[in-house]
Amino acid sequence: MGARMVDFGGWDMPVQYSGILEEHHAVRRAVGMFDVSHMGEIEIRGPEALQLVNYAATNDASRLSIGQAQYSALLYEHGGFVDDILVHKVAPDHFFLCVNAANQEKDFEHLRSLNRWDCEVEFASPRYAQIAIQGPRAQETLAKLTSVDLAAIRYYWFADGEVCGAPARIARTGYTGEDGFELYVAPQHAPRIWDAALSAGEEFGIKPCGLGARNTLRLEAKMALYGHEIDATITPLEAGLAWIVKFDKGDFHGRAALDKQKATGVRRALAGFEMRGRGIARDGYEVLVEGALAGWVTSGGPAPSLNKNVGLCYLPLEAASAGRSIQVLVRNQPVEAVTVPTPFYKRAKA
Amino acid sequence: MYPENFRYTKEHEWISVEGDIGTVGITDHAQKELGDIVYVDLPKTGAAVEKMKVMGSVESVKAVSELFSPVSGEVVEANAALAEAPEKLNLDPHGEAWLVKIRFSHPEELKDLMTAAEYQEYIGA
Repeated sequence: MGARMVDFGGWDMPVQYSGILEEHHAVRRAVGMFDVSHMGEIEIRGPEALQLVNYAATNDASRLSIGQAQYSALLYEHGGFVDDILVHKVAPDHFFLCVNAANQEKDFEHLRSLNRWDCEVEFASPRYAQIAIQGPRAQETLAKLTSVDLAAIRYYWFADGEVCGAPARIARTGYTGEDGFELYVAPQHAPRIWDAALSAGEEFGIKPCGLGARNTLRLEAKMALYGHEIDATITPLEAGLAWIVKFDKGDFHGRAALDKQKATGVRRALAGFEMRGRGIARDGYEVLVEGALAGWVTSGGPAPSLNKNVGLCYLPLEAASAGRSIQVLVRNQPVEAVTVPTPFYKRAKA
Repeated sequence: MYPENFRYTKEHEWISVEGDIGTVGITDHAQKELGDIVYVDLPKTGAAVEKMKVMGSVESVKAVSELFSPVSGEVVEANAALAEAPEKLNLDPHGEAWLVKIRFSHPEELKDLMTAAEYQEYIGA
Protein backbone atom coordinates (compact mmCIF):
# COMPACT_ATOMS: atom_id res chain seq x y z
CA MET A 1 0.00 0.00 0.00
CA GLY A 2 2.97 2.29 0.46
CA ALA A 3 1.69 3.53 3.81
CA ARG A 4 4.02 5.36 6.16
CA MET A 5 3.51 3.83 9.57
CA VAL A 6 3.94 5.25 13.07
CA ASP A 7 3.47 3.77 16.48
CA PHE A 8 0.27 5.15 18.02
CA GLY A 9 -0.41 3.85 21.50
CA GLY A 10 1.06 0.48 20.61
CA TRP A 11 -0.70 0.29 17.23
CA ASP A 12 1.14 0.48 13.95
CA MET A 13 -0.88 3.21 12.29
CA PRO A 14 -0.64 4.66 8.82
CA VAL A 15 0.05 8.44 8.88
CA GLN A 16 -0.48 8.61 5.17
CA TYR A 17 -0.83 6.46 2.08
CA SER A 18 -0.68 8.59 -1.07
CA GLY A 19 -0.21 11.92 0.74
CA ILE A 20 -2.17 13.86 3.35
CA LEU A 21 -3.47 16.54 0.95
CA GLU A 22 -4.62 14.05 -1.67
CA GLU A 23 -6.35 11.95 1.00
CA HIS A 24 -7.95 15.01 2.60
CA HIS A 25 -9.39 16.20 -0.71
CA ALA A 26 -10.63 12.71 -1.57
CA VAL A 27 -12.79 12.73 1.57
CA ARG A 28 -14.13 16.24 0.92
CA ARG A 29 -14.83 15.70 -2.78
CA ALA A 30 -15.47 11.96 -3.18
CA VAL A 31 -14.71 9.24 -0.64
CA GLY A 32 -11.90 8.10 1.63
CA MET A 33 -11.48 5.13 3.91
CA PHE A 34 -9.77 4.89 7.29
CA ASP A 35 -8.71 1.84 9.28
CA VAL A 36 -9.59 2.99 12.78
CA SER A 37 -9.51 -0.41 14.43
CA HIS A 38 -7.44 1.07 17.24
CA MET A 39 -10.60 2.73 18.59
CA GLY A 40 -11.98 1.03 21.70
CA GLU A 41 -15.40 -0.52 22.27
CA ILE A 42 -17.15 -1.06 25.58
CA GLU A 43 -20.56 -2.73 25.88
CA ILE A 44 -22.95 -2.19 28.77
CA ARG A 45 -25.80 -4.63 29.30
CA GLY A 46 -28.43 -5.22 31.93
CA PRO A 47 -31.88 -4.05 32.98
CA GLU A 48 -30.33 -0.90 34.47
CA ALA A 49 -27.82 -0.23 31.67
CA LEU A 50 -29.42 3.17 31.03
CA GLN A 51 -28.89 4.17 34.67
CA LEU A 52 -25.16 3.45 34.48
CA VAL A 53 -24.73 5.17 31.10
CA ASN A 54 -26.67 8.21 32.21
CA TYR A 55 -24.74 8.52 35.46
CA ALA A 56 -21.31 7.97 33.86
CA ALA A 57 -21.80 10.07 30.73
CA THR A 58 -22.85 13.72 30.42
CA ASN A 59 -25.35 13.55 27.56
CA ASP A 60 -28.84 12.20 28.12
CA ALA A 61 -29.02 8.61 26.88
CA SER A 62 -32.69 8.40 27.89
CA ARG A 63 -33.42 10.55 24.83
CA LEU A 64 -31.96 7.91 22.49
CA SER A 65 -34.16 5.64 20.44
CA ILE A 66 -33.00 2.14 19.59
CA GLY A 67 -30.61 2.54 16.66
CA GLN A 68 -29.59 6.06 17.61
CA ALA A 69 -26.18 7.34 18.70
CA GLN A 70 -24.99 10.43 20.57
CA TYR A 71 -21.74 12.20 21.34
CA SER A 72 -21.05 12.28 25.06
CA ALA A 73 -18.33 12.55 27.69
CA LEU A 74 -17.04 10.67 30.70
CA LEU A 75 -15.88 13.08 33.41
CA TYR A 76 -13.81 12.89 36.54
CA GLU A 77 -15.40 14.08 39.76
CA HIS A 78 -13.56 17.40 39.30
CA GLY A 79 -15.23 17.93 35.92
CA GLY A 80 -12.26 17.19 33.63
CA PHE A 81 -12.54 14.72 30.76
CA VAL A 82 -11.85 11.02 31.21
CA ASP A 83 -12.74 10.71 27.52
CA ASP A 84 -15.15 11.77 24.82
CA ILE A 85 -17.26 8.90 23.52
CA LEU A 86 -20.05 7.82 21.20
CA VAL A 87 -23.01 6.10 22.89
CA HIS A 88 -25.13 3.80 20.71
CA LYS A 89 -28.43 2.41 22.00
CA VAL A 90 -28.63 -1.15 20.72
CA ALA A 91 -31.57 -2.24 22.91
CA PRO A 92 -33.26 -0.89 26.04
CA ASP A 93 -30.84 -2.99 28.09
CA HIS A 94 -27.78 -2.72 25.83
CA PHE A 95 -25.51 0.25 25.02
CA PHE A 96 -22.46 0.16 22.76
CA LEU A 97 -19.73 2.74 23.44
CA CYS A 98 -16.99 3.76 21.02
CA VAL A 99 -14.08 5.28 22.94
CA ASN A 100 -10.58 6.59 22.23
CA ALA A 101 -7.83 4.02 21.81
CA ALA A 102 -5.44 5.55 24.31
CA ASN A 103 -8.17 5.85 26.95
CA GLN A 104 -9.96 2.54 26.58
CA GLU A 105 -8.53 0.74 29.64
CA LYS A 106 -9.00 3.87 31.76
CA ASP A 107 -12.59 4.26 30.50
CA PHE A 108 -13.36 0.64 31.26
CA GLU A 109 -12.05 0.92 34.83
CA HIS A 110 -13.90 4.20 35.26
CA LEU A 111 -17.21 2.68 34.15
CA ARG A 112 -16.70 -0.36 36.36
CA SER A 113 -16.00 1.86 39.36
CA LEU A 114 -19.29 3.71 38.81
CA ASN A 115 -21.30 0.53 38.23
CA ARG A 116 -23.52 0.30 41.29
CA TRP A 117 -26.37 -1.12 39.18
CA ASP A 118 -24.86 -4.55 38.61
CA CYS A 119 -24.65 -4.02 34.85
CA GLU A 120 -22.39 -6.16 32.71
CA VAL A 121 -19.54 -3.92 31.54
CA GLU A 122 -17.57 -5.63 28.79
CA PHE A 123 -14.19 -4.54 27.40
CA ALA A 124 -15.17 -5.43 23.84
CA SER A 125 -12.30 -3.89 21.81
CA PRO A 126 -10.75 -7.25 20.85
CA ARG A 127 -14.03 -8.26 19.21
CA TYR A 128 -14.20 -5.25 16.88
CA ALA A 129 -12.31 -3.74 14.01
CA GLN A 130 -13.54 -0.36 12.76
CA ILE A 131 -13.49 0.99 9.22
CA ALA A 132 -14.65 4.53 8.46
CA ILE A 133 -15.90 5.28 4.94
CA GLN A 134 -16.28 9.04 4.64
CA GLY A 135 -17.20 11.56 1.99
CA PRO A 136 -20.03 12.53 -0.37
CA ARG A 137 -19.67 9.23 -2.26
CA ALA A 138 -19.49 7.09 0.90
CA GLN A 139 -23.08 5.91 0.66
CA GLU A 140 -22.75 4.88 -3.00
CA THR A 141 -19.55 3.01 -2.15
CA LEU A 142 -20.94 1.14 0.83
CA ALA A 143 -24.26 0.41 -0.91
CA LYS A 144 -22.42 -2.02 -3.20
CA LEU A 145 -21.39 -4.13 -0.21
CA THR A 146 -24.61 -4.36 1.79
CA SER A 147 -28.34 -4.88 1.38
CA VAL A 148 -29.04 -2.53 4.31
CA ASP A 149 -31.00 0.54 3.20
CA LEU A 150 -28.30 3.13 3.88
CA ALA A 151 -30.45 6.08 2.82
CA ALA A 152 -32.77 5.22 5.72
CA ILE A 153 -29.95 5.61 8.27
CA ARG A 154 -29.99 9.24 9.36
CA TYR A 155 -27.02 11.18 10.72
CA TYR A 156 -26.07 9.77 14.13
CA TRP A 157 -28.22 6.67 13.71
CA PHE A 158 -27.03 3.13 13.02
CA ALA A 159 -28.29 -0.22 11.76
CA ASP A 160 -27.11 -3.75 12.35
CA GLY A 161 -26.83 -5.79 9.19
CA GLU A 162 -24.26 -7.41 6.94
CA VAL A 163 -21.39 -5.97 4.94
CA CYS A 164 -19.77 -8.39 2.48
CA GLY A 165 -21.78 -11.12 4.19
CA ALA A 166 -20.25 -10.42 7.61
CA PRO A 167 -22.26 -9.08 10.57
CA ALA A 168 -21.66 -5.35 10.88
CA ARG A 169 -22.85 -2.37 12.86
CA ILE A 170 -23.26 0.43 10.33
CA ALA A 171 -23.30 3.87 11.95
CA ARG A 172 -23.80 7.14 10.08
CA THR A 173 -21.13 8.89 12.13
CA GLY A 174 -17.63 10.15 11.50
CA TYR A 175 -14.71 12.34 12.44
CA THR A 176 -14.25 14.27 9.21
CA GLY A 177 -17.08 16.78 8.89
CA GLU A 178 -18.42 14.86 5.90
CA ASP A 179 -21.28 12.44 5.47
CA GLY A 180 -20.15 8.87 5.94
CA PHE A 181 -20.26 5.64 7.86
CA GLU A 182 -18.32 3.90 10.57
CA LEU A 183 -18.44 0.11 10.39
CA TYR A 184 -17.88 -2.12 13.41
CA VAL A 185 -17.04 -5.67 12.35
CA ALA A 186 -15.26 -8.72 13.73
CA PRO A 187 -11.51 -8.33 13.09
CA GLN A 188 -11.29 -11.47 10.91
CA HIS A 189 -13.65 -9.90 8.35
CA ALA A 190 -12.00 -6.47 8.25
CA PRO A 191 -9.29 -7.09 5.60
CA ARG A 192 -11.87 -8.51 3.18
CA ILE A 193 -14.25 -5.59 3.72
CA TRP A 194 -11.38 -3.11 3.32
CA ASP A 195 -10.39 -4.62 -0.02
CA ALA A 196 -14.00 -4.82 -1.21
CA ALA A 197 -14.64 -1.19 -0.31
CA LEU A 198 -11.49 -0.10 -2.18
CA SER A 199 -12.84 -1.83 -5.29
CA ALA A 200 -16.37 -0.54 -4.75
CA GLY A 201 -15.15 3.03 -4.41
CA GLU A 202 -12.67 2.89 -7.27
CA GLU A 203 -15.04 4.52 -9.76
CA PHE A 204 -15.44 7.45 -7.35
CA GLY A 205 -11.71 7.80 -6.71
CA ILE A 206 -11.65 6.31 -3.21
CA LYS A 207 -8.38 6.76 -1.31
CA PRO A 208 -7.16 4.88 1.74
CA CYS A 209 -6.48 7.59 4.31
CA GLY A 210 -4.15 7.78 7.30
CA LEU A 211 -4.01 9.61 10.60
CA GLY A 212 -2.62 12.74 8.96
CA ALA A 213 -5.73 13.39 6.86
CA ARG A 214 -7.97 12.32 9.73
CA ASN A 215 -6.43 15.13 11.76
CA THR A 216 -6.72 17.88 9.11
CA LEU A 217 -10.33 16.86 8.41
CA ARG A 218 -11.41 16.82 12.05
CA LEU A 219 -9.61 20.11 12.75
CA GLU A 220 -11.48 21.86 9.91
CA ALA A 221 -14.73 20.49 11.36
CA LYS A 222 -13.65 21.55 14.91
CA MET A 223 -14.03 18.07 16.33
CA ALA A 224 -12.14 17.62 19.60
CA LEU A 225 -9.11 15.35 19.93
CA TYR A 226 -8.38 13.95 23.38
CA GLY A 227 -5.01 15.18 24.63
CA HIS A 228 -5.41 18.39 22.60
CA GLU A 229 -8.74 20.23 22.97
CA ILE A 230 -9.85 18.07 25.89
CA ASP A 231 -8.10 16.26 28.71
CA ALA A 232 -8.37 15.72 32.47
CA THR A 233 -7.73 19.43 33.14
CA ILE A 234 -10.45 20.76 30.81
CA THR A 235 -14.20 20.70 31.38
CA PRO A 236 -16.90 20.45 28.67
CA LEU A 237 -18.01 24.00 29.51
CA GLU A 238 -14.54 25.31 28.65
CA ALA A 239 -14.23 23.14 25.54
CA GLY A 240 -17.37 24.51 23.89
CA LEU A 241 -19.09 21.20 24.56
CA ALA A 242 -21.82 22.38 26.93
CA TRP A 243 -24.28 20.94 24.39
CA ILE A 244 -23.31 17.38 25.39
CA VAL A 245 -23.95 18.13 29.07
CA LYS A 246 -27.62 17.74 30.05
CA PHE A 247 -28.14 19.33 33.45
CA ASP A 248 -31.87 18.61 33.36
CA LYS A 249 -31.43 14.82 33.42
CA GLY A 250 -30.49 14.48 37.10
CA ASP A 251 -27.20 13.59 38.71
CA PHE A 252 -24.13 12.45 36.79
CA HIS A 253 -20.51 11.94 37.70
CA GLY A 254 -18.73 15.31 37.63
CA ARG A 255 -21.93 17.31 37.81
CA ALA A 256 -21.18 19.06 41.10
CA ALA A 257 -17.93 20.45 39.67
CA LEU A 258 -19.70 21.73 36.55
CA ASP A 259 -22.50 23.28 38.62
CA LYS A 260 -19.85 25.11 40.61
CA GLN A 261 -18.02 26.21 37.47
CA LYS A 262 -21.27 27.52 36.01
CA ALA A 263 -21.99 29.44 39.21
CA THR A 264 -18.54 31.00 39.51
CA GLY A 265 -18.17 31.54 35.78
CA VAL A 266 -16.17 29.77 33.09
CA ARG A 267 -12.86 31.61 32.72
CA ARG A 268 -11.43 30.24 29.50
CA ALA A 269 -12.87 29.06 26.23
CA LEU A 270 -11.78 27.27 23.10
CA ALA A 271 -11.46 29.67 20.17
CA GLY A 272 -10.77 29.13 16.49
CA PHE A 273 -8.27 31.34 14.67
CA GLU A 274 -6.79 31.94 11.25
CA MET A 275 -3.21 33.00 10.69
CA ARG A 276 -2.87 36.42 9.09
CA GLY A 277 0.91 36.65 9.10
CA ARG A 278 3.27 34.17 7.50
CA GLY A 279 3.60 31.09 9.67
CA ILE A 280 1.76 27.99 10.78
CA ALA A 281 0.50 27.54 14.33
CA ARG A 282 1.22 24.11 15.73
CA ASP A 283 0.00 22.16 18.74
CA GLY A 284 1.42 23.62 21.94
CA TYR A 285 2.48 27.01 20.58
CA GLU A 286 1.81 29.94 22.92
CA VAL A 287 -0.79 32.60 22.18
CA LEU A 288 -0.48 36.29 23.06
CA VAL A 289 -3.24 38.85 23.50
CA GLU A 290 -2.06 42.45 23.52
CA GLY A 291 1.50 41.25 23.94
CA ALA A 292 0.87 39.12 27.03
CA LEU A 293 0.83 35.35 27.23
CA ALA A 294 -2.86 34.37 27.24
CA GLY A 295 -3.24 30.79 26.09
CA TRP A 296 -1.99 27.93 23.98
CA VAL A 297 -2.72 26.26 20.67
CA THR A 298 -4.45 22.89 21.14
CA SER A 299 -4.36 21.95 17.45
CA GLY A 300 -2.99 23.93 14.54
CA GLY A 301 -1.95 23.47 10.97
CA PRO A 302 -2.98 23.91 7.38
CA ALA A 303 -6.69 23.63 6.54
CA PRO A 304 -6.43 22.18 3.03
CA SER A 305 -10.09 22.80 2.14
CA LEU A 306 -9.83 26.47 3.06
CA ASN A 307 -6.32 27.13 1.84
CA LYS A 308 -5.58 28.80 5.16
CA ASN A 309 -3.54 28.04 8.23
CA VAL A 310 -5.89 27.65 11.18
CA GLY A 311 -5.94 26.46 14.75
CA LEU A 312 -7.81 26.09 17.99
CA CYS A 313 -6.58 27.65 21.20
CA TYR A 314 -7.63 28.28 24.77
CA LEU A 315 -8.04 31.96 25.64
CA PRO A 316 -9.46 33.90 28.56
CA LEU A 317 -13.21 34.08 28.02
CA GLU A 318 -13.18 37.81 27.31
CA ALA A 319 -10.62 37.34 24.51
CA ALA A 320 -12.23 34.28 22.93
CA SER A 321 -14.95 35.89 20.82
CA ALA A 322 -14.58 35.99 17.04
CA GLY A 323 -12.84 38.91 15.36
CA ARG A 324 -10.13 39.48 17.96
CA SER A 325 -6.55 40.11 17.00
CA ILE A 326 -4.14 37.64 18.63
CA GLN A 327 -0.54 36.59 18.07
CA VAL A 328 0.83 33.07 17.92
CA LEU A 329 4.44 32.55 18.97
CA VAL A 330 6.05 30.69 16.08
CA ARG A 331 9.65 29.84 17.00
CA ASN A 332 9.70 32.82 19.37
CA GLN A 333 8.33 35.23 16.77
CA PRO A 334 4.82 36.62 17.33
CA VAL A 335 2.77 36.08 14.16
CA GLU A 336 -0.57 37.86 13.63
CA ALA A 337 -3.77 35.84 13.74
CA VAL A 338 -7.46 36.58 14.22
CA THR A 339 -10.13 34.61 16.05
CA VAL A 340 -12.90 33.37 13.76
CA PRO A 341 -16.25 31.59 14.07
CA THR A 342 -16.04 27.79 14.03
CA PRO A 343 -16.27 25.22 12.59
CA PHE A 344 -13.78 26.33 9.96
CA TYR A 345 -15.43 24.01 7.45
CA LYS A 346 -19.06 23.04 7.21
CA ARG A 347 -20.34 20.80 4.46
CA ALA A 348 -23.17 22.02 2.28
CA LYS A 349 -26.47 20.49 3.35
CA ALA A 350 -27.66 17.86 0.90
CA MET B 1 18.85 10.02 -7.73
CA TYR B 2 21.52 11.63 -5.51
CA PRO B 3 23.91 13.70 -7.68
CA GLU B 4 27.56 12.69 -7.35
CA ASN B 5 28.75 16.31 -7.32
CA PHE B 6 26.59 17.22 -4.28
CA ARG B 7 27.67 16.86 -0.66
CA TYR B 8 25.15 15.88 2.01
CA THR B 9 24.45 16.47 5.71
CA LYS B 10 23.05 14.07 8.30
CA GLU B 11 20.08 16.47 8.55
CA HIS B 12 19.27 15.79 4.89
CA GLU B 13 20.48 18.97 3.23
CA TRP B 14 22.59 18.96 0.09
CA ILE B 15 25.13 21.52 -1.16
CA SER B 16 26.45 21.97 -4.68
CA VAL B 17 29.61 24.08 -4.96
CA GLU B 18 30.62 26.47 -7.73
CA GLY B 19 33.61 28.71 -6.91
CA ASP B 20 33.01 30.10 -3.43
CA ILE B 21 29.21 29.76 -3.67
CA GLY B 22 27.32 26.76 -2.42
CA THR B 23 23.71 26.13 -3.49
CA VAL B 24 21.79 24.39 -0.70
CA GLY B 25 18.60 22.34 -0.71
CA ILE B 26 16.92 19.41 1.00
CA THR B 27 17.26 15.89 -0.29
CA ASP B 28 14.69 13.79 -2.05
CA HIS B 29 14.70 11.51 1.00
CA ALA B 30 13.82 14.51 3.20
CA GLN B 31 10.89 15.63 1.04
CA LYS B 32 9.55 12.08 0.97
CA GLU B 33 9.76 11.78 4.74
CA LEU B 34 8.07 15.15 5.25
CA GLY B 35 5.20 14.57 2.85
CA ASP B 36 3.25 17.49 1.37
CA ILE B 37 5.34 20.62 2.03
CA VAL B 38 3.22 23.71 2.67
CA TYR B 39 5.60 26.32 4.08
CA VAL B 40 9.25 27.34 3.79
CA ASP B 41 11.02 29.84 6.01
CA LEU B 42 14.41 30.88 4.63
CA PRO B 43 17.14 33.24 5.86
CA LYS B 44 17.28 36.64 4.15
CA THR B 45 19.95 37.72 1.72
CA GLY B 46 22.92 38.99 3.70
CA ALA B 47 22.20 36.81 6.72
CA ALA B 48 25.16 35.07 8.33
CA VAL B 49 24.80 31.30 8.70
CA GLU B 50 26.88 28.86 10.65
CA LYS B 51 27.77 25.29 9.89
CA MET B 52 25.04 22.93 11.17
CA LYS B 53 23.14 25.70 12.91
CA VAL B 54 19.46 26.28 12.20
CA MET B 55 18.92 28.70 9.32
CA GLY B 56 15.21 28.20 8.63
CA SER B 57 12.45 25.66 8.53
CA VAL B 58 10.32 23.58 6.22
CA GLU B 59 6.82 22.55 7.21
CA SER B 60 4.67 19.78 5.85
CA VAL B 61 0.98 19.39 6.61
CA LYS B 62 1.91 17.32 9.63
CA ALA B 63 5.25 18.53 10.93
CA VAL B 64 7.89 21.25 11.28
CA SER B 65 11.44 20.42 10.26
CA GLU B 66 14.41 22.69 10.85
CA LEU B 67 16.89 23.54 8.12
CA PHE B 68 20.60 23.39 8.91
CA SER B 69 23.29 25.18 6.97
CA PRO B 70 25.88 22.71 5.66
CA VAL B 71 28.59 25.42 5.83
CA SER B 72 29.34 28.77 7.46
CA GLY B 73 29.09 31.92 5.39
CA GLU B 74 26.72 34.55 4.09
CA VAL B 75 23.44 34.06 2.27
CA VAL B 76 23.71 35.71 -1.14
CA GLU B 77 20.32 34.60 -2.46
CA ALA B 78 17.20 32.84 -1.18
CA ASN B 79 14.82 31.06 -3.55
CA ALA B 80 11.89 33.49 -3.46
CA ALA B 81 9.71 31.27 -5.63
CA LEU B 82 9.30 28.80 -2.75
CA ALA B 83 7.31 31.23 -0.60
CA GLU B 84 4.42 31.07 -3.06
CA ALA B 85 4.97 27.51 -4.22
CA PRO B 86 6.47 25.42 -1.39
CA GLU B 87 5.09 22.28 -3.06
CA LYS B 88 7.96 22.55 -5.56
CA LEU B 89 10.10 21.00 -2.83
CA ASN B 90 8.16 17.77 -3.28
CA LEU B 91 8.58 17.84 -7.03
CA ASP B 92 12.18 18.91 -7.68
CA PRO B 93 14.15 19.09 -4.41
CA HIS B 94 17.56 18.65 -6.11
CA GLY B 95 16.91 21.23 -8.82
CA GLU B 96 14.35 24.01 -9.18
CA ALA B 97 13.48 23.96 -5.47
CA TRP B 98 16.94 24.85 -4.15
CA LEU B 99 16.71 26.90 -0.95
CA VAL B 100 19.62 29.32 -0.62
CA LYS B 101 22.98 30.20 -2.12
CA ILE B 102 25.73 30.71 0.44
CA ARG B 103 29.13 32.35 -0.02
CA PHE B 104 31.06 30.07 2.27
CA SER B 105 33.83 31.36 4.48
CA HIS B 106 35.49 28.08 5.49
CA PRO B 107 35.92 25.80 2.44
CA GLU B 108 37.48 23.10 4.64
CA GLU B 109 34.04 22.51 6.21
CA LEU B 110 32.96 20.80 2.98
CA LYS B 111 35.23 17.88 3.83
CA ASP B 112 33.01 17.00 6.79
CA LEU B 113 30.01 16.35 4.54
CA MET B 114 28.94 13.03 3.04
CA THR B 115 29.38 11.98 -0.56
CA ALA B 116 26.37 10.71 -2.53
CA ALA B 117 27.40 7.12 -1.83
CA GLU B 118 27.87 7.78 1.87
CA TYR B 119 24.53 9.58 2.10
CA GLN B 120 22.68 6.76 0.38
CA GLU B 121 24.23 4.29 2.77
CA TYR B 122 23.26 6.61 5.65
CA ILE B 123 19.59 6.64 4.66
CA GLY B 124 19.63 2.96 3.79
CA ALA B 125 18.80 3.59 0.15
